[in-house]
Amino acid sequence: MKHRTPLREALMTFRRTPLLSGLSVASIGFSLFTIGLFGLVAINFQKALQDLAERVEVVAFVLRGTPTETISTASQDITAFPEVLDVSYVTEEQALGRARRELVEFREAYRDLAVNPLPASFEIRLKPEARDAESAQRVAERVRGFPFVEDVRYGRDWVERLDKLRNMAAVVGLVIGLAFAAVAIVIIGVTIRITVLQRAKEISIMRLVGATNRYIRGPFLLEGAIKGISGGLLAIAMCWATFTIFRTSTTAAGDALVFFGGLQMLLFLVFGTVIGLGGSVLSVGRQLRAV
Amino acid sequence: MIRFLHATKTYPNGASGLKDVSFQIPKGEFVFLTGHSGAGKSSILSLIYAEQRPTEGEVRVSGYQISKLGPNDIPRLRRQLGVVFQDFRLLEYHTVEENVAFALEVTGARKETIPNRVMRVLTQVGLASKARAYPKELSGGEQQRVAIARALVNDPHILVADEPTGNLDERATRGVFQLLREINAGGTVVVMATHNMELVRDTGYRTIELKGGRVVYDSGVDQAAGAES
Repeated sequence: MKHRTPLREALMTFRRTPLLSGLSVASIGFSLFTIGLFGLVAINFQKALQDLAERVEVVAFVLRGTPTETISTASQDITAFPEVLDVSYVTEEQALGRARRELVEFREAYRDLAVNPLPASFEIRLKPEARDAESAQRVAERVRGFPFVEDVRYGRDWVERLDKLRNMAAVVGLVIGLAFAAVAIVIIGVTIRITVLQRAKEISIMRLVGATNRYIRGPFLLEGAIKGISGGLLAIAMCWATFTIFRTSTTAAGDALVFFGGLQMLLFLVFGTVIGLGGSVLSVGRQLRAV
Repeated sequence: MIRFLHATKTYPNGASGLKDVSFQIPKGEFVFLTGHSGAGKSSILSLIYAEQRPTEGEVRVSGYQISKLGPNDIPRLRRQLGVVFQDFRLLEYHTVEENVAFALEVTGARKETIPNRVMRVLTQVGLASKARAYPKELSGGEQQRVAIARALVNDPHILVADEPTGNLDERATRGVFQLLREINAGGTVVVMATHNMELVRDTGYRTIELKGGRVVYDSGVDQAAGAES
């Protein structure tokens, strides 16, 4: 005789009612899939913003004839700013060489120069948390204070626009993400409620023979968790398939796209499990109060 | 063992289940509850196994006052009771022995003792040979015997049977009823609601007749009164 254990009971449900169980997993999977797709768009958008943010740097042009020792000391001073990640000094010659390489349309003009018109500069990269308009301006103001600095540029308008975009993306992402999550929770809750209702008779029999509510809940909670994990795995598989199809069907832009990392996928599964468990807790609780 | 004192049950929709019902059932008694549909038989039974609580008055079962049961008391009380229904209420995806064992497992009985206890009670109801069968493979009478075995396996003080023979043919009815008599002979209180007046007439058991939620006849009281006079 096989003894009843919560895990055995939970697994037995899948054998007894394969269609309903399959539909539950599918509905959880599709609900999480919509969240997953949104998540993919969100992380890729975030990555694009990060790539843009990495270009936020402050460039300080240095007066001609500034002594090397002064440059070296100033470089150390600037590196010590709390917002600064690193500082590189670009000499006049290096600036000209770079211009010749990168500005192809002016290559001829730069080749025949008798005097190098380009000034030396400090290129100051900011720490990730300081890549915003306010920090960039603060660094620029301090660097401008050095007597040998002729001019400072950091693309103020561009950085401010990036800030706005980031804020907007965060708000829109949060709102849409919460809406998707709410819809998914409702769908999953309804699905699990159907399975609980289907087993209302079993629950009433359990109560009749003296089962405690805790004993009754056990298999249902496990069942909800298993469905949640299965739905999560299904959603990840569908997201991966969609991602692969999208990446292969687009050209250069597709290569830059990223998929969820290990931690994110784990979080996704945990989210599925929590939703499955939560749906079961609520549905079984209602059923236990009803019988 | 069971005591109803001016018990009234009104359902949330306003329907009246019981009105001012009082009676006592001592240890070892077999009692029939009779009356038409809606007379209040099932209301009495559901108060005994704490499916309902009285709206007014008092219901005491095995020392528990039903109106004051906490959430943890209900399972404790039900483990002292056995309940049998007309529609058997078996777990269809479980074998006969699993259905019976289930009642032991929920009480936290030691696993190694369960198979022997299950076989003992299945032998008692005459179904030891069908331990591995599923409910749908059994006749109505056999399914009711499984339900009785499940009700018995915890050695209850009280067995509550709500129309246990209602879905059975004459032969199966006699068989199930004989089983209930044997259980009662072992000292268990049996409270059986029935429409089958033949069964009631053929035995000398106490009969409580209900009409419109009130007790209109109680042979136990009449006998006591007769004895006093």
